[in-house]
Amino acid sequence: MTTDVQILESAVVRFAGDSGDGMQLTGSQFTNSTALSGSDLATFPDFPAEIRAPVGTTFGVSAFQINFGAKSIKTIGDEPDVLVAMNPAALKVSLDNLRRGGLLVVDAGSFTKRNLQKAGYETNPLEDGCLEDYQLITLDASKQTVESVKEFGLGNKDALRSKNMYMLGLMLWMFDRSRAPVTDWLEKKFAKKPEIAAANIAALNAGHAYGETAELSTSIKRYHIGAVKQEPGLYKTVTGSEALSWGLAAGGELSGLDIVLGSYPITPASPVLHTLSSLKDLGILTFQAEDEIAAVCAALGAAFGGALGVTSSSGPGIALKGEALGLAISTELPLVVVNVQRGGPSTGLPTKTEQSDLYQAIYGRNGDAPLPVLATRSPADCFETAIEACRIALKYMTPVILLSDGFIANAAEPWKLPDMEALEPFEVAFASAPEDGEFNPYQRDDLSLARNWAKPGTPGCMHRIGGIEKSYDTGHISYDPANHQKMTDVRAAKVAGIAREIPPLEPSTGSAGARIGVVGWGSTFGPIEEAVKIARSEGVDVSHVHFRHLNPMPSNTDALLKSFDHVLIPEMNTGQLKTVIRDRFFIDAQPLNKVSGQPFKITEVLNAIRDLASEKA
Amino acid sequence: MTDQSPLTIKDFTSDQEVRWCPGCGDYAILKCMQRTLPEMGATLENTVFVSGIGCSSRFPYYMNTYGFHTIHGRAPAVATGLKLANPDLDVWLITGDGDGLSIGGNHTLHALRRNVDLNILLFNNKIYGLTKGQYSPTSEVGIKTPSTPMGSVDPSLNPINFALGCGAKFVARTVDTAQKHMPGVFKAAHQYKGAAFVEILQNCIVYNDDAWSDITDKKTAQDKQLLLEHGEKMIFGKEGNKGIVFDMDSFSLKVVTIGENNITQEDVLTHDESHIGIARLLAELGAGDGEPVAMGVLYQESVDLSYERAVHAQIDHARQKKKRSIKDIVLGGQTWHVK
Ligand SMILES: Cc1ncc(C[n+]2csc(CCOP(=O)(O)OP(=O)(O)O)c2C)c(N)n1
Ligand code: SF4
Repeated sequence: MTTDVQILESAVVRFAGDSGDGMQLTGSQFTNSTALSGSDLATFPDFPAEIRAPVGTTFGVSAFQINFGAKSIKTIGDEPDVLVAMNPAALKVSLDNLRRGGLLVVDAGSFTKRNLQKAGYETNPLEDGCLEDYQLITLDASKQTVESVKEFGLGNKDALRSKNMYMLGLMLWMFDRSRAPVTDWLEKKFAKKPEIAAANIAALNAGHAYGETAELSTSIKRYHIGAVKQEPGLYKTVTGSEALSWGLAAGGELSGLDIVLGSYPITPASPVLHTLSSLKDLGILTFQAEDEIAAVCAALGAAFGGALGVTSSSGPGIALKGEALGLAISTELPLVVVNVQRGGPSTGLPTKTEQSDLYQAIYGRNGDAPLPVLATRSPADCFETAIEACRIALKYMTPVILLSDGFIANAAEPWKLPDMEALEPFEVAFASAPEDGEFNPYQRDDLSLARNWAKPGTPGCMHRIGGIEKSYDTGHISYDPANHQKMTDVRAAKVAGIAREIPPLEPSTGSAGARIGVVGWGSTFGPIEEAVKIARSEGVDVSHVHFRHLNPMPSNTDALLKSFDHVLIPEMNTGQLKTVIRDRFFIDAQPLNKVSGQPFKITEVLNAIRDLASEKA
Repeated sequence: MTDQSPLTIKDFTSDQEVRWCPGCGDYAILKCMQRTLPEMGATLENTVFVSGIGCSSRFPYYMNTYGFHTIHGRAPAVATGLKLANPDLDVWLITGDGDGLSIGGNHTLHALRRNVDLNILLFNNKIYGLTKGQYSPTSEVGIKTPSTPMGSVDPSLNPINFALGCGAKFVARTVDTAQKHMPGVFKAAHQYKGAAFVEILQNCIVYNDDAWSDITDKKTAQDKQLLLEHGEKMIFGKEGNKGIVFDMDSFSLKVVTIGENNITQEDVLTHDESHIGIARLLAELGAGDGEPVAMGVLYQESVDLSYERAVHAQIDHARQKKKRSIKDIVLGGQTWHVK
């Protein structure tokens, strides 16, 4: 039997439940099916800071949001069109965001007196009329799941575990997605426990069948969201953590060097450690150190030894690495330092996103200690940016900070796979014994100003390096005042000189000379891009400029930013890029700040553009 | 540049001016190292000195080998990374009591626990030299320094005991003035495939002069030092008639005089490097009245693989099972074509 299917351009679905309900799995499986049917998408896992918060409480709610469409999708969507709420706490936490008139799917079976109490409801929202503004579908998913898996002889508790699959089945029906990728995945995952696989598949099918029943199809509709017109090619979905780790691995391969990663677990950076640890057959060596200081020091020791040293962490850990970064700058050794930013200050909001470590990256060390800073803008963009970080570190003999954030790390999007054969190698030439005897480790390349890199073990290149100032001429210790000035200048010039190689900054939307230039960096790319497009369609003369290289900035930055009458800088911090831009270019850049732990909504950026446009009209 | 003649002390001496205070114990250790390395068959290019910060940590600059003078307390971590990158290097770690036991205590702990193949030399002068004489974790209670004008109330740490507690599998002690004893300890440490921890009692002539003179003074040295040799009786003293026995009543080591109270040579303990229980007691020896300080290799336990070798063995194993390239990983998994 077929129901009317309504064609939609895009939709936003949010799955919310208790942390034990398997919402992340549900979301990622829905994502997978959606990706395979060719829609563009962006996802946002939103989990609680507690590992196992008490069941049914609001602080234990785990959610997964996906925006998917037959058009290009750049954000996770401002407001869900559909909210799946597995219990009262999930409803309580997520309802505010649901679009007025949106669809609310609720497991009524979990709306018990006790659960309502735990969520802080005095009356049952399913009965007291407070949900009037939404289309409400209540079903007893708990009970029906238990029914559907009866034949497998599972206990009640085990049976209830498949409740998420039941809801997933219903959503797959509603959005006309295939169940096959999910069943394949279940069969593989539970290959050793076929009865569990079978039970989950039964629940999935039951949810799907529930959608098909006549009663339901009169109250809810089916939607179809087609494939997006994408560039031809091979695609897959990736999270930022995966793409970033693979980019680092590619950096190792392209440079012909072994990678030594020193890391210490911290949210949300740990997945980089996990991903690289699973790539031992690529020759990648991962070292879980005793702390972040040891992690960066081990990476630096490895770099001294001729490897590509990498260290990954988040803000608090990067703070600890500060002194060693100074040593890396002074000894001019290559090192890639990944900072997957989270909410701060201090421990802050570990599982939420923010981009407030820009000052830390650019300025956060003692002494005049410049280093290159790069930022990635989206999960798929991580791959290329990570390779670029490796390339700069090795070519210029310098530590490089690569900024990602909690949103990019966990979010997934379709990625058009690069032509792996076309990636340009950047092979490293180590120093060998000089003919005239004396090896000078601080002899520099005329153009890049990079110093000589000689691996211990190389005859004739014995040398000593350290954090004490070195003579420009010999590399030996020097306290000479004029020499310190010269070395300080040359370190700065070396980093500044990287700008020669950076592609010019170009607006991603609009063009130079617009009335308003919206300038961003990092994960705000999506909301800014969409907001600028909408504003342009409303007739506002506005462009979007997004930085990948934050230090040094591309050489045309000054001219490009000054070509706009007004510059607006939306950031998930209190205005850090704004300050840097004002300082460097004397531009009266206007900040738009959000530090709530949540990404920007398109409307927030759009409203700021509209305000600026009308105010300055 | 390499001819075939064997290397000498000169080859290992760098052209840098040594900047320790005249009379500092560090000189003797440096000379001994420069002299002993050629005897161990060390090459200039495969030898690396890694240090933290402190007077002793200037050491690498004076060696004509590879060297990395790092940051305060972190040399064990840097050296660990270096060994991971290249397990074939011969890495010596130079640290002080402040560097390795205060700020770097955690890293020293983990290098020892992991059994990274490093020769760790901790110069113990029981004071902070470079920062002008503040007390250190090994300083005695009551010591008056610029930061403890009324005397320190911090209990002091025994480095050997610390190392054993961390799981160190090679632990030795020597002293800066012992030009004959030190080379043997260096060689034993060098031969050990894992983390070899050596405490070197070192005199800081400026801020803690004579801190060890009780042990090193020629007149008393023989009565104050117990020179350990594996398989030899623990006998010491000017007259060669003092020995160490295990006292069942106090469950500790006790000094006895051979020939008194029916004690014969037979009663004296034979040093067994592999005995962790005795090693722990030897570490403490010297604290009580009339007790000598144990010198030499107190403990060594052989292991199959040092840390970095074990790490590389896993990588080799993974590569034998399947060897992918990054291309396989990027293009693998669930993908779809857009035409
Ligand atoms: C992060 C940091 N903190 C403090 C110092 C200052 N500092 C340098 S050496 C030192 C103590 C060294 O004592 P020790 O290890 O006993 O070495 P010694 O100088 O006695 O050989 C201190 C506190 C520093 N260089 N770096
Ligand atoms: S201060 Fe002490 S340890 Fe430092 S060089 Fe002088 S004598 Fe040696």
